Amino acid sequence: MSPISRGFHRKRADAPADRVPPGQYVTTDFPVLSAGPTPHTALDRWSFSITGGRETKSWTWEEFRALPTETLTTDIHCVTRWSKLDTRWEGVSLDVLLAAVSYDARYALAFSDGGYTTNVPVADLLGGRAWVAFGYGGAPLGAEHGGPARLLVPHLYFWKSAKWVRGLRLRATDEPGFWENYGYHMYGDPWREQRYAGD
Amino acid sequence: MSDAALDGNAIGGLLIEVFGAEMTTATGTCASCGAVRQVAELTVYRPGLGTVVRCRSCDAVLMVFVEMRGITCVDLTGLASLGSRLRGYRRLRR
Amino acid sequence: MAGTAVRGRLTWQTATVAAVMDETPRVRTLLLEMPGWPGRSVGRQRAGQHVDIRLTAEDGYQAERAYSIASAPGEDLAITVERLDDGEVSPYLTEEVRAGDVLEVRGPIGGYFVWENGFGGPLLLVAGGSGVVPLRSILRHRARTGSLVPVRLLYSSRNWADVIYRAELDGLVSGGVEVVYTLTGSQPPGWRGYARRVDARMLAEVAWPAAPSPAGSPSDGPLAYVCGPTSFVESVAAGLVGLGYPAGRVKTERFGATGG
Repeated sequence: MSPISRGFHRKRADAPADRVPPGQYVTTDFPVLSAGPTPHTALDRWSFSITGGRETKSWTWEEFRALPTETLTTDIHCVTRWSKLDTRWEGVSLDVLLAAVSYDARYALAFSDGGYTTNVPVADLLGGRAWVAFGYGGAPLGAEHGGPARLLVPHLYFWKSAKWVRGLRLRATDEPGFWENYGYHMYGDPWREQRYAGD
Repeated sequence: MSDAALDGNAIGGLLIEVFGAEMTTATGTCASCGAVRQVAELTVYRPGLGTVVRCRSCDAVLMVFVEMRGITCVDLTGLASLGSRLRGYRRLRR
Repeated sequence: MAGTAVRGRLTWQTATVAAVMDETPRVRTLLLEMPGWPGRSVGRQRAGQHVDIRLTAEDGYQAERAYSIASAPGEDLAITVERLDDGEVSPYLTEEVRAGDVLEVRGPIGGYFVWENGFGGPLLLVAGGSGVVPLRSILRHRARTGSLVPVRLLYSSRNWADVIYRAELDGLVSGGVEVVYTLTGSQPPGWRGYARRVDARMLAEVAWPAAPSPAGSPSDGPLAYVCGPTSFVESVAAGLVGLGYPAGRVKTERFGATGG
């Protein structure tokens, strides 16, 4: 049994319990956590694609930025236990993007520059719960936080909000993405503390 | 190059846990581009969910370590081989 | 080459903080009392290695970090820690910890970023901020073994008050040790030294010339150790290779991003 180090403690939550899921603490920082180098894709080479529907649908940056946008303020929760409250984003709703595609798939695999992937049920991308976000805190989303655009699905653990997102592959079955392959939860609801498979 | 990146020196303790030997001077061969480097000189990312070790030449994922529920999952499939005086591994051809 | 083999697994050992010494406003050295510290026996630690430190909170939460060993083989264990503003462990180690507190130690660890007298030279040590810690272990080991290999330390720091081990480094400047500072932020009145980030021109002026003959054996010529924030290490290592240092004679240890 390890000895206790006097006075050492994890960073504590100091926000109302209904804002902070179990096991989380509130931070005012925005930690930069990555599994690989920051990609730098020029906007004139950027595209967002949805495959696996009746036809592949793709938007260039200009076409994407011509779509209706929303601003939102939301809390985000990382599986590494930090939560950040009242984060402000601007993006295009997945309701808008998926409405442009004819499909009957129930699952999606988001894919990003650099090879990162993560899986999300299509139902969790709809109903005003997910965006492709290009703005954070009133400014263009910085590269280290996933710019030019990242997936934003704040009701799930933040590893599902894939940085540097370039599209979705719609699928009939739920296939694990990068971290899910190593045992992270296929769904990832922070309020049910679904960090690992089997939680 | 990301300023958040470390190198194989930082995971010396993890590697001893996993392999039972000092591995930072072991040489790894990238299965994607063939680059050969000592583990200490590989690029290491630790985003909290796990440890991702990449080839410094082509950024391909070489090794992933994820610890959960007291068990460390080890994925070496990005390496063609990993060798030291005490331990040697070579990826099986299919 | 002595001591490369680590048989079996390293275990966590309990250590007691014997003393704390504030080196600079943000940096503290902890002297650790650890019965059975392998490094007290010269053959069981190598200069440049690190230890893993583990802290356990009352609710069972644990955090682990790696810190370079500041002490030389044969000395009692010391680590030097820099406070990172948004850190979880470093604020505890640099502000809260006092003599008598306990923590867990695993090590010494590392077989790459290490120096022994037989490795040849001359030695070029390049430090960015707290990257000076393992280099200080190398300098102490060199002094303790009576090595005559010439060494130059190029030490980049934000300002004079942030220079770690300043008095000790001043004291070394005689036995074949040259110390060159560059202060990248602010300089004291009358400062005539470098006052900018390390660049190719500075390296050309400070670094030992690379081995002249490409036909020389791999262990000839200067040996460089570069330690500090990742971007610093990448820039300096590239600069040294650009001056003709073989890549195999430039050893690197990256500390990741640092604040500011």
